[in-house]
Amino acid sequence: MKRRSFLKLSAASVGALMVTSEAQAIKLPNPLARVPKAWYDGDVSTVLTYCENCFWKCGVRASVADGRVWKVDGYEQNPKSRGRLCPRGQGAVAQTYDPDRLKRPLIRMEGTERGDGKYREATWDEALSVIASGMLGIKERYGSESMAFFAHGSGDTWFGDYLPAAWATPNVGKPSVSLCTGPRETAAQWTFGRGIGGHEPIDWENTDYIVLVGHHIGEDTHNTQLQDFSLARKRGAKLVVVDPRFSVAASKADRWLPIKPGTDTALLLAWLNVLITEELYDRAYVERYTVGIDKLTEHVQRYTPQWAAGVTDLDADVIRAVARELAAHAPRAVLPPGRHTVWYGNDTQRMRALYLVNALLGNYGVEGGFYFAQPPYIEKYPHAAFPLEPASGGCSGASGGETIDTGFRPAVDHGMFFAKTTAVQELIPAMITGEPYRIAGLIAYGVNLFHSIPDVARTKEALKKLDLYVAIDVLPMDHVMWADVILPEATYLERYDDLVEIAHKTPFIELRQPAVEPLWDTKPGWWIARELGMRLGLETFFDWPDIETYLDKRLSSIGSSLAKAKEVGTLVQRGRPYLADWEQRNVDPFGTPSGKIELYSQAFADAGFDPMPAYEPPEEGPAGSYRLLYGRSPVHTFAKTQNNWVLMEMHGENAVWIHTAEAAALGLASGDYVWLENQDGVRDGPIAVFATERLRRDCVYMVHGFGHRAPDMKVANGRGASDTALMSRYRRDPISGGAGLHVNFVKLVPGAPRPRLPRLSKLAERSV
Amino acid sequence: MARYAMAIDLSSCVGCAACAVACKLENEVPPGASRLWIRLEESGTFPDLAMQYRPEQCMQCADPPCVGVCPTGASHVNDDGIVLVDAETCIACGACIAACPYGARYFDERGFVGKCTFCEHRLAEGRVPACVETCPTLCRSFGDLDDANSDVSRAIRAAHRVEVLKPEQGTHPKLVYLDAPARFGLTREGVLR
Repeated sequence: MKRRSFLKLSAASVGALMVTSEAQAIKLPNPLARVPKAWYDGDVSTVLTYCENCFWKCGVRASVADGRVWKVDGYEQNPKSRGRLCPRGQGAVAQTYDPDRLKRPLIRMEGTERGDGKYREATWDEALSVIASGMLGIKERYGSESMAFFAHGSGDTWFGDYLPAAWATPNVGKPSVSLCTGPRETAAQWTFGRGIGGHEPIDWENTDYIVLVGHHIGEDTHNTQLQDFSLARKRGAKLVVVDPRFSVAASKADRWLPIKPGTDTALLLAWLNVLITEELYDRAYVERYTVGIDKLTEHVQRYTPQWAAGVTDLDADVIRAVARELAAHAPRAVLPPGRHTVWYGNDTQRMRALYLVNALLGNYGVEGGFYFAQPPYIEKYPHAAFPLEPASGGCSGASGGETIDTGFRPAVDHGMFFAKTTAVQELIPAMITGEPYRIAGLIAYGVNLFHSIPDVARTKEALKKLDLYVAIDVLPMDHVMWADVILPEATYLERYDDLVEIAHKTPFIELRQPAVEPLWDTKPGWWIARELGMRLGLETFFDWPDIETYLDKRLSSIGSSLAKAKEVGTLVQRGRPYLADWEQRNVDPFGTPSGKIELYSQAFADAGFDPMPAYEPPEEGPAGSYRLLYGRSPVHTFAKTQNNWVLMEMHGENAVWIHTAEAAALGLASGDYVWLENQDGVRDGPIAVFATERLRRDCVYMVHGFGHRAPDMKVANGRGASDTALMSRYRRDPISGGAGLHVNFVKLVPGAPRPRLPRLSKLAERSV
Repeated sequence: MARYAMAIDLSSCVGCAACAVACKLENEVPPGASRLWIRLEESGTFPDLAMQYRPEQCMQCADPPCVGVCPTGASHVNDDGIVLVDAETCIACGACIAACPYGARYFDERGFVGKCTFCEHRLAEGRVPACVETCPTLCRSFGDLDDANSDVSRAIRAAHRVEVLKPEQGTHPKLVYLDAPARFGLTREGVLR
């Protein structure tokens, strides 16, 4: 049992990934037991679909035998998975057979308050009728705009785009924007004239020098990106990682720059300084494709490596060396944008600085840098024109003070930001204050309101003020058990969804199709949206009788059909990845106001923002506290997967990482349990301590997504602590509307009890 | 007849556990048990640090100590050199579990001992083991050591370092580790070259 004791030991030093300590629990053998037949010895059929255990949408082959999905594997012909899957994709099947799933519609018991969690079962007809009558009442009292929709996941086409547009509300929020990618998208839109999109268009296969700034590849297992990253390194590409923490990516790096949190812009400005003052930038590229180099040259004079060294806690020679190495490898040198970029509230400017370094390397639209990701061609379903354009689509694009007269009031955050998509957290105050007008109803689809939006107390207050709150989900998540009506969605292996269109080097379309029938009385999102629409008087927009008709019609616009798509799963088209492909056609690829890459943004200047990124020091926390940093576990997706027993066996609780010396000073050792208390006295935990040399002394780190307080999620409930719970503050990025989340500080409070929780293996045995 | 082997490139592995999850579902490994696990090793002090993840599983030894101790012959080596347990004849006495220096075997409460099979059932269909197929870092290679052009033979040839776990046990593993960061030197063993 050596291994067992090792695992026990490392369980105390959590934080990192492991197979759990229960792995070798001994049970007395039963010699009389029959050896079960393996699933693959039966009659196995294969269904091609795409995964939903994160947002990456990898093509998969689901293996079905005896009416059950046993295994999913990567689909070789799919450009996202290339025949491989990450742990979440491999483990997704356990969610389908999770006994804790929502099984039938639920209505909150009369006489109870939101948050009491008392429900009775209802038929779909009753549940949908209650919602429809609530929505129609809100429309009559306040107007259709007073309904808000929050959506995440593939089904957001139904609950973020289709239904809200048909219903006519612009108040659609996606956490994937203002709580994640918003700044990088807005910055890209106003620098390159196009967003980054869901699949970062980095030309990994041709790059020779990679600089990751706070980008946790390997811990965020975006399948294709991880494959590309690994292949680039195997090919010999050099890697530089900028991170206050010795991340997995940092452990693979040729240079690790353990930067002081919040000072990344200073480093990027110093790199611009070196590239310009040492005349290392690509002059021909910059002259031809950019505007503003003269202003930028003047602007960055003060940002010397010596200055940046003092700010970032890095060595000036190293800063200079990296800039020179970048230039030496250019244009096959790239600084990919990370995904979660809402850090300090000045994030659009930081991302602009990152893009400007790329631009000076002459790598945008060039092999080894960024490619142009084109969306595939396919037509929308020819439904009657919606009263409003879908509000949530597209992360960026103009949304200044412009007013398009639609006959409807604009979104409650309208005119505040340079981003097209509504900032999801900015919809919450309107629920409380009624300003600029009241948000009285909310449908939350696949969005965990308490594990994504900062200031949970405010969110709870807002929910209490709503006239109608509906949650559509697969599991009885924390926020779901606050809703008036709960609708249980089928898992991805049990349903169709709309086609997904992936902008890529080779653009492609993916089909989601069911491998098995939905369990219990659960329904696919398209069915829920359509049935609700029919009860809302929106029949004209739902003239397709079923999803097969809808998909077949769309696919016919590219000469395909649903029958053909079911056979192949993924439909790949040709792209135009490089500048040369655009110049051949005489098309300008840059959609900025100037038609060029904007080193200097006149639009930002006109709006009163810095036209070029400037350094702004981060706010420091109270004495004795640590800046709260957070990240991802490779086996989990946000707060969505902590009830999946297979994934929880791999990583079953998070830990708070703290530098060894700081832990010692606090009298703490790895495996001790503590409470975390933030600058506003908000407490969460207990959480295990992981004392490590792997991060700076001024910050602590924890994996996001744990700490569910959801008693009906038997596996997830009470394991680890929630970083979101500790984010009672955020600092709003005035340009993108992103909620900067690295602005909270915590203390470790010793003496917390070790949680007593049921064994995972016992809980796992309940699988249906 | 083949001499199947696996190589894991530790300079690429990120410890994501896709292999471990794939193994679990492919082989219906019961809750609480595992055929494949991942060890994390860290060294150094800030900021002079190193770390590696090392997936571990049955080493598919050429001289497997688990086979000779089996009283029923359930624990055996097949024609392709894969160490297997015949669940029908296994009496779950546990001798093999005690004999394995790598902790790679477990009791399955259904009445037999479980372990990595190199996904023998997949090999018959011309597929590679589930852990190899899914790895998003492409750190695993598999194939026949007697075929110089197999993936595993090529990977071993191209590697700077080839190491095995616990060579002092004399087990001659056919699972080898490639290019481990120097600070975590395993012990070299050249037999596979």
